[in-house]
Amino acid sequence: MLGFIIQRVLQAMLVMAVMSALVFIGVYAVGNPIDVLISPDATQDIRTETIARYGLDRPLYEQYFTFVGNILSGDMGRSFVFGMPVLQLIMQRLPATLELTLVAVIGATLAGVPLGIYAGYRPQSPISKTIMAVSILGFSVPTFWIGLILILFFAVHLGWLPAGSRGATRSFLGVEWSVLTLDGWKHLVLPATNLALFKLAMMIRLSRAGTREIMLTDTIKFARAAGLSEWTILRQHVLKLISIPIVTVFGLEFGSTLAFAVVTETIFSWPGVGKLIIDSIAQLDRPVMVAYLILIAFLFVTINLTVDLVYALLDPRLRRGRAA
Amino acid sequence: MTEPVLQVSALSTHFFTKAGVVRAVEGVSFSLARGEVLGLVGESGSGKSVTGFSLLGLVDPPGRIVSGSIRLEGRELVGLPNDELRDVRGRRIAMVFQDPMMTLNPVLTIERQMRLAILAHERASPRAARARSAEALTRVGIPDAARRLDDYPHQFSGGMRQRVAIAIALLHRPAVIVADEPTTALDVSIQAQILAEMAKLVSELGTSLIWISHDLAVVSALSRRIAVMYAGRIVEEGPTAVVLDEPRHPYTRGLLDSLPSRAEPGRELAQIPGSTPSMLRLPEGCPFRPRCPRASPACTVMPEPTGDAVRRARCHHPLVLTPAEAV
Ligand SMILES: Nc1ncnc2c1ncn2[C@@H]1O[C@H](COP(=O)(O)OP(=O)(O)OP(=O)(O)O)[C@@H](O)[C@H]1O
Ligand SMILES: [Mg+2]
Repeated sequence: MLGFIIQRVLQAMLVMAVMSALVFIGVYAVGNPIDVLISPDATQDIRTETIARYGLDRPLYEQYFTFVGNILSGDMGRSFVFGMPVLQLIMQRLPATLELTLVAVIGATLAGVPLGIYAGYRPQSPISKTIMAVSILGFSVPTFWIGLILILFFAVHLGWLPAGSRGATRSFLGVEWSVLTLDGWKHLVLPATNLALFKLAMMIRLSRAGTREIMLTDTIKFARAAGLSEWTILRQHVLKLISIPIVTVFGLEFGSTLAFAVVTETIFSWPGVGKLIIDSIAQLDRPVMVAYLILIAFLFVTINLTVDLVYALLDPRLRRGRAA
Repeated sequence: MTEPVLQVSALSTHFFTKAGVVRAVEGVSFSLARGEVLGLVGESGSGKSVTGFSLLGLVDPPGRIVSGSIRLEGRELVGLPNDELRDVRGRRIAMVFQDPMMTLNPVLTIERQMRLAILAHERASPRAARARSAEALTRVGIPDAARRLDDYPHQFSGGMRQRVAIAIALLHRPAVIVADEPTTALDVSIQAQILAEMAKLVSELGTSLIWISHDLAVVSALSRRIAVMYAGRIVEEGPTAVVLDEPRHPYTRGLLDSLPSRAEPGRELAQIPGSTPSMLRLPEGCPFRPRCPRASPACTVMPEPTGDAVRRARCHHPLVLTPAEAV
């Protein structure tokens, strides 16, 4: 097991190194930040001085190594636009995105897995057919459209829930969380639902397919032959067997939602990193873009690593296979 | 004579598929005395497994028992509500399957799987369940059972895994165990070991055993009585020694002639000509008719079983006549 962990961590570090280079070169190719940084009527002296101050006159590889060195010492540069350390800027926004994403993905899993298991267990029942119809809807209707409908219906028409922005927050571990207040939840429900629908559909499909397949195996027949009740079979055998693909999708969805909650955050004016990155791209705020992408890459790699480790915990065959 | 533990009469199980009705089991009758071992043989697709599943009420849709009766320890199982059937399964009648790779859940420890089987029928503390599981594993010959409880199926060899499955089937000391080709997937030497131990176990526990196999040699080594199935029906039944020495049904004869151990040295093995008929398009009358050397126009009518409760065959032209027929 230890060998397996070390191997995976080394792999993760390699991926990060490659990613950081790609991101740096990629972002470098996007526009010239000097046009944004320096007002057009500045003197040539000021221009040169500013360019030198940001190190923009150095060769690309030199800038890259300075950049990597800075990252390793925890310095990801300052935002051109906000004039504050990028890391601090992102960390200010991250909790909002994090809680939105977590509520959406966890909610989708908690609702989707039981619904999917039921649909796989009783594929012919009208309830299952309804569940599947809803899941097709979740797949095929665009997020922004559902978001607007949610706002129109629950916020404008019924007036039950606020249409956007983040509600009251409470501090926990030095970070502001809105999941700790009622008002925060009221603001969270609509964007989280919006974000969760696609994932819900995915979890339903995944659990249904897994359950259908497993129900036909000899494992289930043997459990039935031993007199286990259907409920015990679903809870103990089926749930445990489908948990492996579900953990994978949970991890991937968590990562990608964290990175790309942009549409929902924009529609609901949610002050998360999604909105921040959109603004930064518009303003060519290069350090923010780079730091954001690096951070996202880091999150993905970490999540994948975690998923792999959870895999090994869930599937005993893997544990031995890889360690040996 | 005491009442049989299991009495199956005129059991029919059909599958209602899109292509038509598959009469997988048709009019099957047999009985099983306490502690008796019955061998059920027949080619692939003859309905052996479906017979076994029918006994436990585990026929998957689109199949179902369409008629007949299954009396286990005097209690009728056909038509029993699901929860009562569930209560009988594992407790009074259990089943072991062919492939031990597929039957045990790969992601649960052996202890967990055994505990679930125990708790399905009685209350037990985790500690008591563990002790009982270890005892059951020891009984089927798994060394160091207490420690191996925490292992997963993949950590056992095929033979050991099948022993675990057998231990689970024996947990509640059922009256009847259906063993559906439990050694087919294993090495020959391990097959023989498990066969011998299984025979010992059932005689110790007084459990009756239905041993399903397509291998006549395996079955005859183990069972006192055998029933031969063809195309969903039992075509011949009787004490093993008698059936092997003096088969009455031409199909049984064909099976015997194709056994390597019984062939005369130097002569080619006799194969039964033709192949198993499709269960969707069974010929009219005796289904073995197209492959049978003794077939006659009379065979277009389904033969009824002749003989007595001990020895019966379904054939218009049996190879050996019963005393009654000889008269
Ligand atoms: N789910 C099903 N749907 C349709 N037909 C089925 C189904 N299960 C079994 N059958 C049919 O029932 C017949 C008997 O099958 P069964 O599995 O009992 O054969 P078997 O004697 O056990 O053969 P084998 O030695 O291959 O295990 C076969 O013709 C098969 O096609
Ligand atoms: Mg079979």
